[in-house]
Amino acid sequence: MPKKKTATPRLKKGLSQMLKGGVIMDVVNAEQARIAEKAGSVSVMALERVPSDIRKDGGVARMSDPKMIREIQKAVSIPVMAKVRIGHFVEAQILEALEVDYIDESEVLTPADEKFHVDKSKFKIPFVCGATYLGEALRRIAEGAAMIRTKGEAGTGNVVEAVKHIRTINEEIASLRKMREAGLKKYAATEHVPLDLVKKVRKLGRLPVVNFAAGGIATPADAALLMQLGCDGVFVGSGIFKSKHPEKMARAIVEATMNFRDAKILAKVSEGLGEAMRGLEIATLETKLAGRGW
Amino acid sequence: MGGKKIGILAIHGDVAEHAAVLRKLKIEPIEIRAAEDFEKIEGLIIPGGESTTIYDLAKTYGLISPLRKFITTPRKNLPTTCSESCRTANHQLPTIFGTCAGLILLVKFGLLNVEIERNAYGRQLDSFEVNLNVPILGSRKFPGVFIRAPKILRVGKGVETLAEFEGTPIFIRQRNIFAASFHPELVNDIRIHKFIFGLKSPR
Repeated sequence: MPKKKTATPRLKKGLSQMLKGGVIMDVVNAEQARIAEKAGSVSVMALERVPSDIRKDGGVARMSDPKMIREIQKAVSIPVMAKVRIGHFVEAQILEALEVDYIDESEVLTPADEKFHVDKSKFKIPFVCGATYLGEALRRIAEGAAMIRTKGEAGTGNVVEAVKHIRTINEEIASLRKMREAGLKKYAATEHVPLDLVKKVRKLGRLPVVNFAAGGIATPADAALLMQLGCDGVFVGSGIFKSKHPEKMARAIVEATMNFRDAKILAKVSEGLGEAMRGLEIATLETKLAGRGW
Repeated sequence: MGGKKIGILAIHGDVAEHAAVLRKLKIEPIEIRAAEDFEKIEGLIIPGGESTTIYDLAKTYGLISPLRKFITTPRKNLPTTCSESCRTANHQLPTIFGTCAGLILLVKFGLLNVEIERNAYGRQLDSFEVNLNVPILGSRKFPGVFIRAPKILRVGKGVETLAEFEGTPIFIRQRNIFAASFHPELVNDIRIHKFIFGLKSPR
């Protein structure tokens, strides 16, 4: 009998490859999960409070109640993701026991460790992690992350930080491609990342894992903007269920992500959506979530 | 490029991975997002992804009936580049290949006479890799990557099982339509795509 292998890097990466070109939505209960699935979401992120509420309410934000996660798993057939605090490997063990499909080690929750991120290679469940620039993305990949997303600035409905992060990563990859051996070595040493990984990025001209946009996406145009900047897909947090018509907004963002280069379709799906979530100016924020992690 | 154009249904999913394999075979991949795109192609791939999402968006964008028409309409000027094995069984129909979600969709579109169960192997934790025996490719095993894979429960009349695993069909063919519950586009071995779309027999 041939031997089956599970939880290989290829399988962990593979699931995120299947999500490309799609939208992953934050949901706080089974009903929202069903709305997201019906709107064409390729996966849902189960969490207790969307980022804009975490921002508003303050306090320590932690992994969600397993009961709620189970209810969401029962409600939909698409993959279910859930968040753990940065470095909180026990929360990750719990999510693995729940058999979620992906774990997000997320700056949206209050960090649990100031020194170490979770050693993701030890887990069978794949991880997605946020990054603001290339070195950070590569450190997470070296720790075992199978998918990367921009951090953006979650819960603001302001896309400016996500744009900054993907542009930064793109520029850094472009400059890596011009580097010779000595430059690559120096870069790897400065960023504390394996040289092999740096060389791989140089060769591919992109991250070696799927890279989604996240943090501040509030409209179909925002989603298409990040797709045109080279993201493989989009996470939408507060942007859906904090908008005036969540079903319509969810569907419009899904269709915009599919047709991100077609301005006529973008115009059509952007019509009459009602108010998007109320945005926040980055300069007025008391807490910048993107600064969490390193 | 050799002039042959194969479409990939590009609603979402691992479109780029299939495109990369086609390029290795010197075939030009064409992304299909609108009904008129079917006029440009000689064969079609339905990639992996979330079948519910793909189905729903295909419906919204009016792609289901052009897709069914494309798959079931014989064409006189079918390229002579199609591998001998598929051309003879093809009856001048364009060659179609669905992987994972693509298999589910072909069943949902009523084009494959099989019964399937979605996510039947379990959640992501149960996704697996295994070396497969695929007789049409010869004795060298093929690396099978199964991700939240559907299971083929029964195959009906006219469906040929090309490979199975643990007694379950995992690679099938019904006339011009090929489908796999795994992802040959995720590995470096291009023999399956070559068998289906390639210029000559892969053996």
